[in-house]
Formats: sequence, C-alpha cells, structure tokens
Amino acid sequence: MKKFAFNRAETLEDAVSAGASAGVRFIAGGTNLIDLMKENVERPDRLVDITRLPLGEVKRQADGSLSLGALVSNAAVAEHPLVRGHYPLLSLALLSGASPQLRNLATVGGNLLQRTRCCYFYDLATVCNKRTPQTGCAARNGINRQHAILGHSQACIAVHPSDMCVALAALEARVRVLGRQGERTIPIADFHRLPGNEPEFDTILRAGDLITAVELPSNDWSEHSHYLKIRDRASYAFALVSVAVALQLDGEYIVEARLALGGVAHKPWRLESAELALRGQRTSNSSYQRAAETLLQGAEGFEHNRFKIELARRAIVRACAEAAKGTRR
Amino acid sequence: MISLPHFPEHLQKLGPHTGKPLDRVDGLAKVTGKALYAAEHHRPGLLYGVVVSSSVARARIRSFDTADALAEAGVVQVFTHQNRPKLASRSKKWRDQDTPKGSPFRPLEDDRVLFSGQPLALVVATSFEAARHAAALVRIEFDEIEQPETRLLERLGQGKAPGRAKGGFTPPPGPHGHPQQALKSAFARVNADYLVSAEHHNPMEPHAATVFYEEDGSLTVYSKTQGPVGEQAFLSAVLGLKKDRVRVLAPFVGGAFGSGLRPQYHLVLAAMAALELKRSVRVVLSRQQMFTFGHRPYTWQHVALGAERDGKLVSLVHEAVAETSKFESYVENVVTWSARLYPCPNYSLNHRVVPLDVYTPLDMRAPGAVTGLFAIESAMDELAHELGMDPLQLRLVNYGEKDGLTGHPYSSKELRACYQQAAGRFGWEQRWSEPRGRREGSKLVGWGMATGVWDAMQVPASARARLHLDGRLEVASATTDIGTGTYTVMTQIAADVMGLSLESVEFKLGDTSLPEAPLQGGSFTVASVGSAIKAACDGLRDQLFKLAQKMPNSPFYARSQAEVEFRDGRLGLPGHPEAALSYAQILRQQGVSVLEEEVKVLPNLLKQRGYSLATHSAVFAEVQVDEELGTIEVTRMVTAVAAGRILNPKTSRNQLLGGMVWGISSALHEKSELDLELGRFINHNLAEYHIPVQADIRHLEVVFVEEQDEIVNPLGIKGLGEIGVIGVAAAIANAVFHATGRRVRHLPIRLDDLL
Ligand SMILES: Cc1cc2nc3c(=O)[nH]c(=O)nc-3n(C[C@H](O)[C@H](O)[C@H](O)COP(=O)(O)OP(=O)(O)OC[C@H]3O[C@@H](n4cnc5c(N)ncnc54)[C@H](O)[C@@H]3O)c2cc1C
Repeated sequence: MKKFAFNRAETLEDAVSAGASAGVRFIAGGTNLIDLMKENVERPDRLVDITRLPLGEVKRQADGSLSLGALVSNAAVAEHPLVRGHYPLLSLALLSGASPQLRNLATVGGNLLQRTRCCYFYDLATVCNKRTPQTGCAARNGINRQHAILGHSQACIAVHPSDMCVALAALEARVRVLGRQGERTIPIADFHRLPGNEPEFDTILRAGDLITAVELPSNDWSEHSHYLKIRDRASYAFALVSVAVALQLDGEYIVEARLALGGVAHKPWRLESAELALRGQRTSNSSYQRAAETLLQGAEGFEHNRFKIELARRAIVRACAEAAKGTRR
Repeated sequence: MISLPHFPEHLQKLGPHTGKPLDRVDGLAKVTGKALYAAEHHRPGLLYGVVVSSSVARARIRSFDTADALAEAGVVQVFTHQNRPKLASRSKKWRDQDTPKGSPFRPLEDDRVLFSGQPLALVVATSFEAARHAAALVRIEFDEIEQPETRLLERLGQGKAPGRAKGGFTPPPGPHGHPQQALKSAFARVNADYLVSAEHHNPMEPHAATVFYEEDGSLTVYSKTQGPVGEQAFLSAVLGLKKDRVRVLAPFVGGAFGSGLRPQYHLVLAAMAALELKRSVRVVLSRQQMFTFGHRPYTWQHVALGAERDGKLVSLVHEAVAETSKFESYVENVVTWSARLYPCPNYSLNHRVVPLDVYTPLDMRAPGAVTGLFAIESAMDELAHELGMDPLQLRLVNYGEKDGLTGHPYSSKELRACYQQAAGRFGWEQRWSEPRGRREGSKLVGWGMATGVWDAMQVPASARARLHLDGRLEVASATTDIGTGTYTVMTQIAADVMGLSLESVEFKLGDTSLPEAPLQGGSFTVASVGSAIKAACDGLRDQLFKLAQKMPNSPFYARSQAEVEFRDGRLGLPGHPEAALSYAQILRQQGVSVLEEEVKVLPNLLKQRGYSLATHSAVFAEVQVDEELGTIEVTRMVTAVAAGRILNPKTSRNQLLGGMVWGISSALHEKSELDLELGRFINHNLAEYHIPVQADIRHLEVVFVEEQDEIVNPLGIKGLGEIGVIGVAAAIANAVFHATGRRVRHLPIRLDDLL
C-alpha cells in the first residue's frame, strides 16, 4: 500500500471535479477498494471520500420508479420495505452476497464498481491484462474455476462478481451518473462491458463520473421471481453460477420473462432472445431448458470451469421452476 | 447447530476439578483483549520489518534495486542476501525439533530462488506502513528463470524412500506374506487411487515475532510458536549466541495446527535485524505470506484390498507418493495405520516422496493420518459395497484386538464401544443398503462412517511447582497453549493433586525461563506436561508431609503418607478434623517461605513395552446432495472417541468439534490451489481459500467413551488434539457415495464432481 492523500467531498460538483484528475479514486464503503490498495493492485494518489454526499436515500419517483441513492448500504437496500415489497429479487440477490458486516458498509455505487475476484488480478507476481494492460493472462492456463464461460476474450476471462448487478440486469435498472458534462442515465445492460481488447475497463464510465443512483423501473416482478446462487460453500462465497429470473404468468403460461446469469461473464449475462424463448410458453422444465440453451449459446469453458456450462443450464431450470412457484419471501 | 455436551458421568476423577466441564481459566483474558499475542507486545522505538517475497519459483537473483525503498522516510535498512549479517553457515545449525532429512531452508542465504514466495528481502522501518510501502518499491531482477517442477502425478514413478530422519516417522516395514497372490485369489477386491489436496494451516493469528533488543545485547523474543524451548535452541545456533542470551516467550498462541512446530523465516529475519541494528524489531507475515511455508502435502495413494466372502481381509496394499521440496524430504505416517488397524496376513506398505519446486511440507493436525485414513476408510467402504455388507459390520469382522503391525496388545482400545455408541446415537441400524435409496425433495440422502486412529504418545517434559506462604500454588512449564486449553487442564491437575481451589493455582507457560517442555504437538502435551505437573505436585506433597511430621506435637508424627489427605488447602487425617493444618500454617511453623519441587518426567518405557498405545474414534455422517446441482451439505455427524481419561469434557469437546469442522473442511472445501505453471499457491487469501462458514456446520455430536488405561501414562489420558479430524473426510465421502452412487476418490469433493 502506498501513501495517498485523502479528502472529503462536500458537494457533488466537488467530487466530480476532483475525481477527474488522474490518480484519484472515490471511496464509499471501502470494502473493495481498500483490499485492492493493500495488495497494490489499486495505487491511487488521492482518495476522495464521498460518504457525506446527499446520496443516501431510497425514493419513489413521480414516474413510479424507485431510486436507490448510490450511498445506500447493501443491507439497507435489501431490508427496505419498498424493495422487499416490489423488488424481492434484488433483496434476495443482495442478501446472498458477502456477509452482514460487509453489507452494512458496502454501497450501491461500490457494488456496481467492485472489481473481479480473479486470483491473478489480485497477485502482482503474475501477469494480468486487466491490472496491467498488454502483459498477458495467467488465468487462461491457470486456476480458472471461478472464471468466465461466456463473452470472454483472448485478453481476459475474468467475471464480474456482483450478485446485486445480476438482479439489476433482470430488473432492467438504470444507472444515474453525474459527470463533467452533467447528468446522464445508462441502462444497466450498457453499463458493464465485455473485456475485448481492453479488459482494464470494467464499465463505460469515464474519469470523474460519479454514480448518484440506481433506478428500478416501476414495472415490478414481485410475484414470480427468484435468485439462485450456487457456490462452493453455504455462505460467504462468490457465485460459481447465479441466476436471476422474473416471470409474469397467466395461469400456466409465461407472459413475459427476465433472465440473467452471474458468475459466468465479465458482466451480468442477459439475452433478449432467451427471454423471448420463454414468452408464451408453458411453465415447464422443457421451456426453461430451451431458454437455457439460448442463453448459453457459444459458452466455452477452460480447464477448471467447463462444468459451469452444465451447472448453469441446470441452475436456470431450477431457478425458473422456483420462480414459477411464486416468490419466496 | 451443535448438540449439547454429552458428558459421561462415569469418567473417573483425580479430584473435584478434573473430569468437570470447566471454563477456560484464560477465557476472560482472551475475550477482553488482555491476552497478548506475538505481534501485540510493544516497546518504544520498535522497528517494523516487512518481507519481500519472490514472484518466481525457480531462478537466480541478478540484482536488487533498493534505492527507492531506502529513500522512503522512516526506512532504516533493507536486508538482502548481499548485505545480511552473518548467520550460521552449517546446515546442521539450522535444524529444529521437527526437521526432516535434508538441508533446512535459510532465508537470505544466497541468490538462489527455490520456491515461489521465498523471502528475498526484509525492509525495516520506523512504522509498519512505511515498511510495507517500501517493500513494494524493492525491485528484483532475475536470471535463469526456469519452469518449476510441480507435477506430482507425472512423477509418481520417480518417488524415493524418505528414510527415517524425521522424528515421529516410522518407515513402513517390508511386505508380509504374499499380498499380490492373495489379492488375485480373494473373493472380493478393491483397487483404487486416492488424492488428497495440499492445505495450509492458516491459523487465525498470522505468524509473527517481536524481538526486543535488551540493553545487554540479549534478545527477548515474543514468538508464535508451539515450542519456545526449541526456538531458543534454534535461534542461538543460527545467530551464534549463547542460549542464555535468547529468551523466547509465547504466552498466547492464536492457533497453529502444526505451523508453529518449526521456526519460520520471519523469526530468523526479525532476530537477525534486531541484532544487527541493535534495535527491537517486529516482523508479521501477511495472509498471503502464510501460504509461503509448510503445508499438508499433496499426496497420491493406492489401496488394494482383498477379502473372503465373510469380509475377512486376506490382502492389504497401501502405497503413498507425496510431494516434498527439493531441499528437504518431508515425510509423515500415511500407510502404516491401515495394517495396524486391520490385522491382515498379507500386506504391503510403501511410502515415497517426490521433490518438487515447492516449500517443504509441514506437519498439519493429524499429519499422515488425515491422509491415510481417508484412503483406507474409503477403500473399506468400497469393499463393503462389493461384498454387499454393512460397512460397520466389515470393520467389526476385521477388528484388531492387537496391533496388526507389531502384534502387540493395546494398553487399552475401546474402539468397539466407539462404533456401538456412535452408531446408536446416529441411528445406524436404520440404514438402507442401496445407494440412492432415499431422497428428500430434490435432495439425495446418504449415510457413511469411518474409523479414526492416532498414537497416544508421551515425551519427556519438566515442570516446577512452588507453594507460597500465602497458600498460592505456582506451577510452571515451558509448554504452550495453542488454543487447546493447556492453561486450564494443567491448573485442574495441579489443583486436584494438591487439594486446592482453581483460584489458588496459577499455571505459567510459554517462556524459556521455565522448566523445559517439548513442542506442543502430536496430542502429547497433556500426557507429557500433565504427568510432569502431577509429579511435581506429588513431590510437594511429600515435602509438605515431611515438614508437618517435624512439627512439635505433630498429629502426623506416627502416620504414613497414605493415611493423610490433601484437601481444601489443608493436610488432614480422615476422621480427625481437629488435626487438620493448612499448608500455610505448616510452612510458617517451619520457617519456610516457599516450598519448591522441579521434576523431569520420562515415559515409563518399561511399563509401556510390549503394548501399542493409541486413541481411537468412530465417525458417522449424513449428507444431503442436491441431485441436479451437486451441492453437498453435511447435515449430521456423530463422533465417539476413546481417549482414556477425559480431564475436562468442555475443552475436550471443543477440540473434537474443531477437528470435526476441519474434517468437513478437508472433505468439501479446503484446497491450496497450486498454479502448475508458476509453482505458486494462487488462492492465497481467506476469501478464496475456503474453510466452512457457520452455515456449513449443522448438527455435530461428540461422545466420550469410557476407557481406563493404567499403562499409557500416570494420568491415564491419551490426548485429543488430532483424533477429531481423522476419518471425517472418509465418512463424508462414503456418505456421498451412499447418497448418489458416485464414488469420489479425491479431496475436496465439490459440486462439479457430482454433476
Ligand atoms: C470477503 C468478501 C466477500 C464478498 N462477497 C460478495 C458476494 O458474495 N457477492 C457480491 O456481490 N459481493 C461480494 N463482495 C463485494 C462487495 O459487495 C463489495 O466489496 C462492495 O459492494 C463494494 O462497495 P463499497 O461501497 O465498499 O465500495 P468501495 O470499495 O468504496 O469502492 C469500490 C469502487 O467503486 C468506486 N465507487 C464507489 N462508489 C462510487 C460512486 N458513487 N461513484 C463512482 N464510483 C464509486 C470506488 O472508487 C472503487 O473503485 C465481497 C467482498 C468481500 C471483501
């Protein structure tokens, strides 16, 4: 860990202008950033503490959407009555992540921007294109149990580790960002990116961009949704595969579906074609299987993670079946 | 959930305190932070050392660039092999109490890199932060970077016999009878290979040494160690100091599990820097660096069993090939347990090691037995299935009344009672024989069992007892308490032998100024140090009695010691309450301010000769496996243990539960992932190196089986530190087979093994 300067942002504008300089990082809960700094993966010259900014509210908006302030803790989002009532999928996803202590500190904004848990990304003794561009990828021929089966590139096979973001993808959330050019709204599907040749960029954000909120559209999926997280121990582990699914049903028929996978790619994995494959179908395993096939098309594993393809297939079927039974609360 | 303690009433007692589930005497100090660990001792002017670890596994160092590091404010020195002070040059001087054959690793020895994570430099600064930052600024250039040799499975044929060098290792005897022939003609056969992963100890407290440089140039070292006496000898040899110039203390140790049996490099570096700089220095390893020294070795095993129709074994073959480093030949008892446990007319046992470019493996809780019992107890389960026999019945058919290797009877062996009581509590008689025979919703349910065995050892140990005028008893021995409850049980023994309350007894440990004690390891501490404490207190009783006899008009004058009692701090005659004298009265009357006894106790080899001494256990486990997703839960586990006298059912049960949880860990979670290209353990943090979390632990139950043993040692106790973990992984693997019909022969078993 190297020496760094520290200051507290008093206003949103302060934060944005300070954040635009090279070597500056915002710090929210610090649960990811500090770890990375200790390992010298992140080496900021200055930390700008954003925790005093007025971004700590959960608000119903005029259009019926729900706005989650960027600084609301993961625990507070998960427990919020409006979230539990209307977006139980998000609540479930958050509660499946990390530990109560971490969720108390972790924020909405920090969760969106948490970095991959790839062991090689964390270990300066190894090469990693995400950490230091153009050095190589040690994970490709290394220990890659946790890694991607979809959307990976020659340069990078890391996955985005967030549970929250998988639910947000299924719920078609929007990320509100304040930048030097003012405020803008980014659909969650466009927020994270695939690694391609530039795995050092996890998202489309630019220097100085401050996440102010996440918005959940009013069309809620509270009746039939499920978050299934499969991992190597019962708690406190990142997903090998996770599934966020939300269905609108008419009797035994699926009217509309949302389906996203976590733990399999550089971003939450969602394909409209897989959701279309469910539309108008019966709530049956064979419908779910077809959707799984569509969603997993082109999946390709590595030495230690090939099993994820079959695991994801089965997890999708299980999660859809659970959702069809009605949201567990 | 963990079941309520199941304390048998029948366990005989030394006095009112032993045999009771007493709280830890050091519990309050621990939960209030008053118990200080190695890195928590402080003095003004203390310097902080941070180790720079190698990024490569096999190379030569071309150069160091330490300019930037040295330029940082607060940095005092950067030590490398080029500028370090002189350390012992002869390999012999680097030996410790747990050294295998070979040449021990020496930090900053020369330009050779022998394993990934090797310490290559020590940065010393006035603050930890400055040292850590500067450590990242040290640049090292390498020459001759080579591909490390890491692939054990490709070198199974190149294994070599390890030799006897390491303490505690008994080379397996040559073959007996005609195992291959007997196998061919057997009614039923099993032939299978098993793999056990490397694991790192990862105690909660990272390794640390705080070395205080005293005014006279001597060193006072607070160390995380299982044996301060050994570390003192080691340090004085390595640093070229007289022994009395080095004092090692380890009053509290936050877990060790074997990782503190050998002095590790941080200790040498801290002491070396302190001597050279004439300043006090502390070095603490990071969690990542906790993966850069010893580990449980990755081990391949082959087991072949042949049996008659009734299950009687006619052939037993057990071979192991384990990794070691290029500089030492680490070895542990893996294969001998099988033949000891199951007497068989034809057997062949073999243990070989393959040197790889890794650090030397290191004893880890029940070394060898965890590994070996996984294989043999899995193979026995496979054999039972072949024979269509109940797995417990197969164990009973092959029950060893005598040690199958030596032919000696056991000093005591209540394994049969373990089987019966554990099976009873578990409900084993309800077992269905067919795999995949029961499901609950989407889950398959399975039951499995296994046996555990460990040596009941005693080694030489010393202790001192001092009775003060105010009635206080001070007992001392340079042993350690690595979380095992040593403080508590030693206090209990002393209080009971002397007839005192727990409050009037103080036990001191973890300090080389106290009487010598062995390493805390092998589950022999209570047997060894406890016996010494009993003997010291017995000696005090003799002295007290003699003093009392000399008193004017002594009521004890014409009595023998057998007629008197030592109770409630008084010497008395049963039936004559008026005669009782408090210890303080006796001392005062005789003008003695403190009564002292110091003894060294050796195992009574004469008494033990011709006997096999061992602790046994039986483990029963239930698992539920999600048929589609492969996820495994251990829903229930019962362990019954026969370990002689139980001094404190609470601390004992705590040891066993810890062992059972670790067993679940090796069975389902724990694995140090070696990147074969880099020769580097890559999941070196506690987020990726999995051990069970609370949610993985369900119903655990411990049963202590009554076992009386007059031979094993004067206390009749056998030790409990390791037995709890042994056999657990096999019981779980066998339950997984029973649930799913899938036999997994490697550890850990993970969901992808069952998809
Ligand atoms: C042991 C462990 C286990 C975990 N397990 C899980 C798990 O199972 N599932 C899971 O989903 N997560 C898990 N996590 C990750 C956890 O969710 C994240 O660490 C957390 O959400 C990050 O939030 P934070 O507020 O602490 O972010 P910080 O560490 O403060 O910041 C993270 C990044 O986001 C940036 N940032 C933060 N807020 C903003 C903002 N408003 N605008 C712009 N940039 C911002 C920071 O500059 C930094 O780059 C785990 C973490 C740990 C340490």
